[in-house]
Amino acid sequence: MNSPERSRSLFRFAAPHNFYPLAGRLAPWFATAALVLTVAGLWLGFFVAPTDATQGEVYRVIFIHVPAAWMSMFVYLVMAFWSAVGLVMNTRLSFIMSQALAPTGAMFCFVALWTGALWGKPTWGAYWVWDARLTSQLLLLFLYFGFIALTRAIEDPRRADRAGAIIALVGAVNVPIIYFSVQWWNTLHQGASVSLNKAPSMATTMLLGMLVMAIAAWMYTIAVVLWRARSMILERERHTEWVGAVLEREAQGGRA
Amino acid sequence: MKARSKRLMLVGGGVALLVAAVALVLSAFQQNLVFFHTPSEVAEGKAPTGKTFRVGGMVEEGSIRREADGLTVSFAITDTARVIPVSYRGTLPDLFKEGKGAVVQGKLEADGTFRATEVLAKHDENYMPPEAAHAVEQAAKAAETVSQ
Repeated sequence: MNSPERSRSLFRFAAPHNFYPLAGRLAPWFATAALVLTVAGLWLGFFVAPTDATQGEVYRVIFIHVPAAWMSMFVYLVMAFWSAVGLVMNTRLSFIMSQALAPTGAMFCFVALWTGALWGKPTWGAYWVWDARLTSQLLLLFLYFGFIALTRAIEDPRRADRAGAIIALVGAVNVPIIYFSVQWWNTLHQGASVSLNKAPSMATTMLLGMLVMAIAAWMYTIAVVLWRARSMILERERHTEWVGAVLEREAQGGRA
Repeated sequence: MKARSKRLMLVGGGVALLVAAVALVLSAFQQNLVFFHTPSEVAEGKAPTGKTFRVGGMVEEGSIRREADGLTVSFAITDTARVIPVSYRGTLPDLFKEGKGAVVQGKLEADGTFRATEVLAKHDENYMPPEAAHAVEQAAKAAETVSQ
């Protein structure tokens, strides 16, 4: 790790004191992108995309519902990935990343369930049904809550990291179940309109609005997670010299 | 073996075992995980006909009839192979239409009618503007006339 070649590689950002300033420089760019894309996506979704033939205007929930649901599943997989890296490589930053992701994933999961309920009433005739898709998505929300509660409840950070990593890895099994539930079992929830193995079954402007909103959700997640990871790094490394130096510089109005 | 690769194998092996266990449980409970049964499954006796259950399929074209009281509706649910007559008293969801998907919950009576206590509309994953839907319909009709 100490050879000069190694320290010039990307791996040097695995060290919290190198990652901290990098995250601080990158986050505002992702936040700006998120804002611009959200405005563009909502404009496409609510003003450009046509009315749907069967559902009328109510289908426009899709522009928030689907990106949120995608993000809630993807964030959990990324959490599980960083947890596995943390368990195997013993890197402090991996656990910080996984814990910084959890609240954002839980928020998207809640948004997906909530907008889904609002969409279900006027189309299906029910806010909630216990079909495989809805039930497994609700389980995902509980997994997020469990992960957050467990990592916050254990005082010793090393033990908290490990316990959380195990929930993240075990719970990751639920993600493919959510995704494929509409193919494996009879569900009230309809199948995927957009997937890798077939052409999308949506009008082009509808699809465009949904994809722009999905990229906006990515940008938002990256920005928020970088900022959250920064404050977690400061908290965990508060006794180190470099954090002392950073805080002093920031107190004098400089940038970290 | 380095400690790191040992941990990698431990984590990898643990996840693989867990996936296998979950796959076994899900396949064992296959029947309990479906939200509704098709009319064919009901005919084959695969549905729990003794208690409340759900049947799903298409609302058969030309089958919707309103009774004189204005509240009771009768229609038929089909999966194109089998048909189940349904009678229901209450309000229907907006998307409930002939030729579209629906899921009904209730009990199968001795005379073979399904007495529904709840009717849900099931829509598909296609989203298109009304003009496009009209064009698709026209194309389908044209194809039908050609094949006749």
